[in-house]
Order: sequence, then structure tokens, then C-alpha cells
Amino acid sequence: MRHLPIPEEEYMLPGHTACLGCGATLVMRYLLKALGKNTILSIPACCWAVIPGVYPRRALEVPLLYTAFEVTGAAISGIKEALNAMGKEDVNVVGFAGDGGTADIGIQALSGAVERGHDVFYIMYDNEAYMNTGIQRSGSTPMGAWTTTTPGGKKRMYKWEPKKNMAEIMVAHKIPYVATATIAYPEDFIKKLKKAKEIKGPKFFQVFSPCPTGWRVPPNKSVEVSKMAVLSKAFPLYEVEHGKYRITVKPKKFVPMKDYLKMQGRFRHLTEEEIERIQEEVDRNWEELLLKEKITQGETHEI
Amino acid sequence: MAKMILTGNESAAWGARLSKPKVVAAYPITPQTSIIEKIAEFIANGEMDARYIRVESEHSAMAACIAAENTGVRTFTATSAHGLTLMHEMLIWASGARLPIVMSVVNRAMAPPWSVWTDQLDSVAQRDTGWMQIYSENNQEVLDSIIMAYRVGEKHNILLPTMIMEDAFILSHTAEAVDVPEQKLVDDFVGEFEPAFKLDPQDPGGFGSLIMPEGPYMEFRYKMALAMDEARKEIRKVTEEFAEVFGRKYPGLVEEYRTEDADAIMVVMGTIASTAKDVIDALREKGKKVGLARIRYFRPFPYEELREIVKKADMLGIVDRSYTFGYGAALYTETKGALYGHTDKPIKNYVVGLGGRDITPDVLVKIFDNMLKIAKDGVVDREIEWVGLHGDERWS
Ligand SMILES: Cc1ncc(C[n+]2csc(CCOP(=O)(O)OP(=O)(O)O)c2C)c(N)n1
Ligand code: SF4
Repeated sequence: MRHLPIPEEEYMLPGHTACLGCGATLVMRYLLKALGKNTILSIPACCWAVIPGVYPRRALEVPLLYTAFEVTGAAISGIKEALNAMGKEDVNVVGFAGDGGTADIGIQALSGAVERGHDVFYIMYDNEAYMNTGIQRSGSTPMGAWTTTTPGGKKRMYKWEPKKNMAEIMVAHKIPYVATATIAYPEDFIKKLKKAKEIKGPKFFQVFSPCPTGWRVPPNKSVEVSKMAVLSKAFPLYEVEHGKYRITVKPKKFVPMKDYLKMQGRFRHLTEEEIERIQEEVDRNWEELLLKEKITQGETHEI
Repeated sequence: MAKMILTGNESAAWGARLSKPKVVAAYPITPQTSIIEKIAEFIANGEMDARYIRVESEHSAMAACIAAENTGVRTFTATSAHGLTLMHEMLIWASGARLPIVMSVVNRAMAPPWSVWTDQLDSVAQRDTGWMQIYSENNQEVLDSIIMAYRVGEKHNILLPTMIMEDAFILSHTAEAVDVPEQKLVDDFVGEFEPAFKLDPQDPGGFGSLIMPEGPYMEFRYKMALAMDEARKEIRKVTEEFAEVFGRKYPGLVEEYRTEDADAIMVVMGTIASTAKDVIDALREKGKKVGLARIRYFRPFPYEELREIVKKADMLGIVDRSYTFGYGAALYTETKGALYGHTDKPIKNYVVGLGGRDITPDVLVKIFDNMLKIAKDGVVDREIEWVGLHGDERWS
């Protein structure tokens, strides 16, 4: 049997308050396993502001600064520079925010922070909607999804715009390391974190985090949905190191988007035609990604 | 000690430099910019040892200061008007987190219409944020107040942030002679920053977590209220100690000028006080018994001092350089609130100088004359009066 490179230490204790099957809890658990004790976390308003528990309880064994919704980028900048001023350069400083706190209201502070080049981690756990406030649409909600602010109705008012691509927005900032990850591939996630730990400068992770409550999926299917997202090209796993793309999981055989969408109540209303459109969209994105990998890895010159 | 010719903004930068914050996070806005430019210069020349975070907004400036201070270092920032109001959410966060951040604020009018000139609504609108507020009369006070603010705020029985105001251009861009104290004296006076708590992987704590209604939210807020009250005493004490070390005596929370035996006392904040003092001298020569109370600290509010001051005259004229729409300007309503049940004397609100409109000695003479008439008649002609509106003959 292959040995899994997952450290045994636990910095997330039992007793958190997330829903059953919450993907975001695994994101945190793996994150802390990879980074270890010498870590300071900052978390804005989001499900994870609640998950550690109600005062005075806290299911995390690392220091944690809760912050306002839109300030994670600024908060980790402040923590890092204060540590630098104190000569404590070796502490991992991590911003841990949802997709709304990252792609929407917090994008300005994030953009500023990574542009300034602070030596920090930013983890976007992407559950593809504002879950803490009850499943509202975010910029990161995928095409076709139901949310409480895109409730369908007679006018079929679902989220028809494409999912905002945060990883690519970060790549455009020319930061040293950008990666995607998800909970069904913990080795891949941890490997990327360990690699990032050795890189100085801003490191951005977009981690696909199934949310059974918001996606209308049974709690015991979180990991499976996570896996299906990768196998269907809905959420490709890759990294971009100093501008060089590398797809870290290349499925030998893809599953149709239809199978991935069918698992989730939030997509149940989609027609065959709409599913076809979504399939075309992910196919195109995948091709684009392959091309970027090719170009940046220097495997091809004849464009 | 060195005498320098400094603008208000340079004085603020010197106040920051001498207090040795380890992190400065700031974003430019007229008329604050020359503060943060000067600080950048100090840091670039190795004269100030601080990490300078050139954030992408004032909201982030305050967020970064909060995070840095919570990590265990002294911080400083500066802003004005739209920057300050953009920070509003984080101002409440800073005080709620009990972080004694110090900030310079240049009082500037809020748009629309766009105006960069002085007006105190920007900071008056922050009166409920849990910050101490100092309104300066001159550049020396700007510098000295920053030093005192760190000393008061960082006391573990206080742990509250402070904003120090200067009127736009009147102080921010006007140079005058300022005593810049010796670094050693400031070092001894302010001391090393000793955080009451901090983010530390060796001792992992959580700061600001979720709390239920039955949790101690209300107790946290009550402790803040007590700290604000405690700050009153601490401010009086620290201004005395400051006088001993630096030889400049500040009057605690309120400065009184020729209030003894006055018939009418004007109450103001900021630079109006300087003009008013001159006017008072001139009027006194003519036998008109007028005086001034300059509110240095709007937070904590000096209600005790005002209750003493009102005893000295037959009426108070509250002159505000901002307005709170709906009923009366802030200094007026707060003063009245503080005096309720303590006096029957007439109190009138004069609203002046919004958007930087010049407050000339002539205007103040007219206000004093109106105040003296009210003192004599014992009745207020108009409860709230806007002074100097275009076309208003009463004041032209
Ligand atoms: C300025 C501000 N606006 C709105 C909110 C309300 N709010 C709290 S959490 C949240 C949604 C969080 O969504 P996301 O970042 O995607 O994280 P998730 O809850 O999905 O984990 C919102 C809208 C807030 N706390 N602050
Ligand atoms: S709503 Fe979703 S993301 Fe939030 S705790 Fe529940 S499962 Fe996790």
C-alpha cells in the first residue's frame, strides 16, 4: 500500500460546530497538519468564523484573529509585518476565508496584500456561495446553480454567469505560488502546502470545499462530490509556480458533467441543453489550462 | 529639545516618529497626505524604524493596524474625511478589541459637494466608536497629544485607541514654531509597548470569536465604558506628568480662557479657539465679560468640567463646526445632555464654518454680542442658529 504523506499531528480538535460532512473542516484540518504549530490564522466572517466554536471554546490549537468580512488580506499583512518587526520571520501567517470573503467583498484587500508581496498564505475555501448567511450567490457560484438569491422561480432566475476564476486573478498578480486543491485529494493539497511553505512571498490556494447543506448533497457524499468535481473538469487541480502551470491531477478518464451535476440538489432543475452548455464551458476551460501548461512549461513553441 | 518650524501635519509625523510605532499602515487623502509622506521619508532615511504598509484603502489601513497591534506591536495611522468614514467598521473593531492604536485625523468636510476644507463632521460622526478624541488648537498640541495618547491608551486599565484631530489647512498646512522634544525624554515617557495580550503560537489564543447573548458581550462593553471613565482620570494625570517632563502644561480635558466672572462663555473645539481668544481679549477691553471653554477631549466627554464651567456664566454659546441633521450639532446636544438637571441657564447652538468657511473675528464678535444679549435677557432667541449663511442679514 502506498504511504500517504499526511502528518499525524492534529491541530484541529473535536468539538467544532460545522454541519455534518462539511468540506471546509477538512480543508482546515489538512492545512494545519501541513503547516504545523508555528502558525497564526486570521479568519473573517464566514462559516469558519462559527465553526471553531462559541466563546470561550475553540477547536483550534493555533492562535486565531477573527476579523471583519472584507479585511483578511489586510489583516494578514498586519500580522506578518508585526512579526517581522519583532524578528519572528518564521511564523506561518495564514488568511482563511470563504469564496465570498475572497472573490467578492474581500478581493480589494486581498489584491492589495498579494501585490505588496507579504510572505503569507491565503486559503480560499470555496463552497461556491455565501453559506454562513444561508446560501446566497457569490461571484464564485458556478453557472447554473440554485441559491437563495438565485432561486429560479418562473423566470428561471439561477446563476447563469460563469464562476469568477480567483486562481487566475491571483496568477495575474504575478505572485510566486497559486494552487487549487480539494478535500478528495489530501495528498495533493498537503504536498502543495509543503512546497508553498518553502516559497517566500504571497501564496494563494483555492480549495474546493463541498457544502452538503448548501449544495443539497447528503453529508456522506462530500468527498465523492469533491472527487467528481475533479474528474468532470468542473474543478481542475493545478499549481502555478512563478508563472509556470502544472496540472497535478490529470484524470485518465473524465466523467460527464451531467454525472457531477446530478449528485447535487442545487443543479436539479437544469435541462439537457443547459447541462450541455455547462459541459462546453468546462471543456473549454480544460483545454485552456492544458495550453497554459504547455506554453509555460516550454513544451511547445509553435503557437 | 529642538525648535522647528513645522506644519500641523509635520508635527503629527514627528509625534509618530518620537513615539516609535513598529507598524504604520496608511493610505493617502488630502489634506492628510503630508503626514504619511513625511513618515515615509523618516523611514526611508532610517530615522524611524517601522514597517510601512502601503495599503490599498483606509479600511485596510485600520484592519492592518488592528492585526499588527494584536500581534504585539505599537501602530500608527493617519487619515481624513472619506478615509475616516470608510474606516468606521474597523474603528469599532479596534476599540472593541481593546487595541490602543493612535491615529492622526485631519478634519475635512464630507462630500457631496467635494470639499477638502475643514469641517468636523468626519470625526464627530465617529463619536460612538469607542475611540478617545482630541481636538487640537495648534501644531504643538498635535505633536504632544500623540505622545500623550500612547501613554494613556496603552495603560492596561485603559486599552483604548485615540484619534487626534487637526483642522484641515488651518493647522495641517500652516507652519509655526514647534518644540520637538528629545527622543530620550519621549522614550522614557511613553515606554516600551507592553501588549496586554497577543497572537502567539506558543500560547495560542483566539480573539474576537462568536459569542452568544448569554455570553459576556455586555460585560466586555461595560468594561470599555469603565475604561473610558478611567481614562478621564488618567488624562488629567498624564497631562500633569507631561508638564513636569516637557515643561508644557495642557489643561486636561477642557481649556478655560477668561471664564472667571464671565457673563457668557463660548464652548468650541479646534482652531476656532485661537480666534475666539483674541476676540475675547478685545471684548474684555471694552468691558464685555466673555470667556471660552475649549473642549480638548470630546471623548471621553468632559461632563464634570462643563458642570463647573456653567456655574461661572449666565449663558453658554456652543459653537459647532459640524451639524448633526435632525436636531442640533453634536457639541451642543452633548453639552446640554451633560448639564440637564444641573442648570437652568440658557444654552444656544451656533453652527459655523462648514466646508471650511472662514470664521473671522467679526463673526465671533457678532456671536458674542448675541450671547451677551441672551445672558442679559435670560431667554434664547433661537435655539439653533446657522451663522453666516449667504444672504442672512443677521450676520453679514
Ligand atoms: C460587511 C459585511 N457584510 C455582510 C456580512 C454578512 N456576512 C457574514 S458571513 C457572509 C457570507 C460569507 O460567505 P463566504 O465568504 O463565501 O463564506 P462561507 O460562509 O460560505 O463559508 C456574509 C454575507 C458581514 N459580516 N460583513
Ligand atoms: S453551511 Fe456548508 S460550509 Fe457552512 S458549515 Fe455547513 S456544510 Fe460547512
